[in-house]
Amino acid sequence: MNTAVILKFAIDLVAVLLLALGIKGLSKVRSAREANRLAAIAMALAVVGVLVNYLGTTGIAVEAWIWIIFGTLVGGCLGAITAQRVPMTSMPETVALFNGCGGMSSLLVALGVAIFPAAAGPGEVGSGVVEDISIVVSVFVGSITFTGSIVAMAKLQGWLSTPPWMQSKARHFVNIALAVISLVAAVELGRHGDNASALWLLVTGAGLLGIGVTLPIGGADMPVVISLLNSYSGVAAAAAGFVVGSQLLIVAGAMVGAAGLILTQVMCDGMNRSLVSVLFGGALGASAASGGGGEYTNITSCSAEECALTLEAAERVVIVPGYGLAVAQAQHTLREVTRALEAGGIEVTYAIHPVAGRMPGHMNVLLAEADVPYEQLKEMDVINPEFPATDVVLVLGANDVVNPQAKTDTTSPLYGMPVLDVQEARTVFVVKRGMSAGYSGIKNDLFELANTSMVFGDAKKVLGDLLVELKELGIGKKG
Amino acid sequence: MSFLNEALWVLLLGSLLGLELIGKVPPTLHTPLMSGANAISGITMLAALTLIIKAGADGNTALLVMGSVSLGFALFNVIGGFLVTDRMLAMFSRKSSRRKDTN
Repeated sequence: MNTAVILKFAIDLVAVLLLALGIKGLSKVRSAREANRLAAIAMALAVVGVLVNYLGTTGIAVEAWIWIIFGTLVGGCLGAITAQRVPMTSMPETVALFNGCGGMSSLLVALGVAIFPAAAGPGEVGSGVVEDISIVVSVFVGSITFTGSIVAMAKLQGWLSTPPWMQSKARHFVNIALAVISLVAAVELGRHGDNASALWLLVTGAGLLGIGVTLPIGGADMPVVISLLNSYSGVAAAAAGFVVGSQLLIVAGAMVGAAGLILTQVMCDGMNRSLVSVLFGGALGASAASGGGGEYTNITSCSAEECALTLEAAERVVIVPGYGLAVAQAQHTLREVTRALEAGGIEVTYAIHPVAGRMPGHMNVLLAEADVPYEQLKEMDVINPEFPATDVVLVLGANDVVNPQAKTDTTSPLYGMPVLDVQEARTVFVVKRGMSAGYSGIKNDLFELANTSMVFGDAKKVLGDLLVELKELGIGKKG
Repeated sequence: MSFLNEALWVLLLGSLLGLELIGKVPPTLHTPLMSGANAISGITMLAALTLIIKAGADGNTALLVMGSVSLGFALFNVIGGFLVTDRMLAMFSRKSSRRKDTN
């Protein structure tokens, strides 16, 4: 055995070990940053491994170097610029975009091998069947991942809205038809690897299927889809590993694929949704019309001034941040308000629902960006028993996660979803733009309770007003 | 068939490892984890690299371009993904280092 091959093998082993340690470390706050670097180093090592292997065996042509450097520079620079520029609130779109590109990469590799089998064939695999099947899987998953992720990004950015016919039942027939077309093309391709029309049919069919499945999904469900697509891109990478005969690729792809699935499940649990209803959906929206809908009565609304007066008199305040806060990008203003309250001797904590924000954990990132101490963020199970001893709860742009129906009304579609028991507190202020329903479309009983007051307005503006009022009351000035 | 055999075992064990590693993550880290895992899925750049090298040996220009585009997409995913994850995690670690200072 050639030394280069042995060296590559050793490098691969180290890279896999570092990748596993990296993913493991990402699961603890303390080690997460180092773990991320570790994973990055592992990836760099893996690249070195591939280069060493070919340098020591067949050599790398000058032309190949040129194209390698070209691709690396363009992709790497664009990636670095994007990563530096995106605001923290756009994280879900960004992950979707990156993910789509990963899928595209796997797709292109499989296409390359399929179109030029003689030049690109893996050699070690040899068996045509394995090669054909892995190309089919890689093309199919890669194509779905790419179009699905791009649609998800466009929808989250507000560039794209769902055409009406996509919300009707007709879309199921269209999607089933696309799936059947892809399947037929896949089988044909598996039997005759050189059938070019079957290949393009598969690419197109899978691509359209990715669009068809993602397009009808509502904005708030989108993170689940992104997480699922993230899992797919792992599968696509593993499939590409079979195509080019790289075990490192298979391990890493499989790990990411499995991790993505777990994360998707966690998100679904937090929203009390099944993956099936997210994907084939409408279940929640449809039942909402008959179920918990209806007009609001007995709504108390108040100004920022009254809210500030109540806050000033409080001892314990809990903030419930939600999607609306993220959309209004009000996390910095919120931090100023809570700073003022803390300076006034008021105890402030944040109640973080598992799916607060636009992705699980997204709210933590946003609040961390605004310098909120990590210890003040309390998870749902920790904070729920503390609500009865809380003077004021400030709900900012959250809706379904504070709906008491989820515990009291067995007929409600929300029933069973874990919620924050804010109604147990003495006073609840809900900052909201209007009386529109949350993404579930379900009426929120909390708004009608006697101890709840609505403060209407954009979260950022209301918080700005609150800050002014608090300052006028003398809160926030030390001493 | 031995590659297929080994590769299937690798696939199985890799998946199990992934399930096991992710099982116990605090919600705080879900977004960074998703973005970090996403960066790792850009490992498909190794496949793109292999493709380019093989195409180079064959002098196949069309395949060289395809491989290069594929490598570009993958690196966009990898570099962007790791940097963005680091940006998010930097916010958490800044907090903990300050906590140490004050205590």
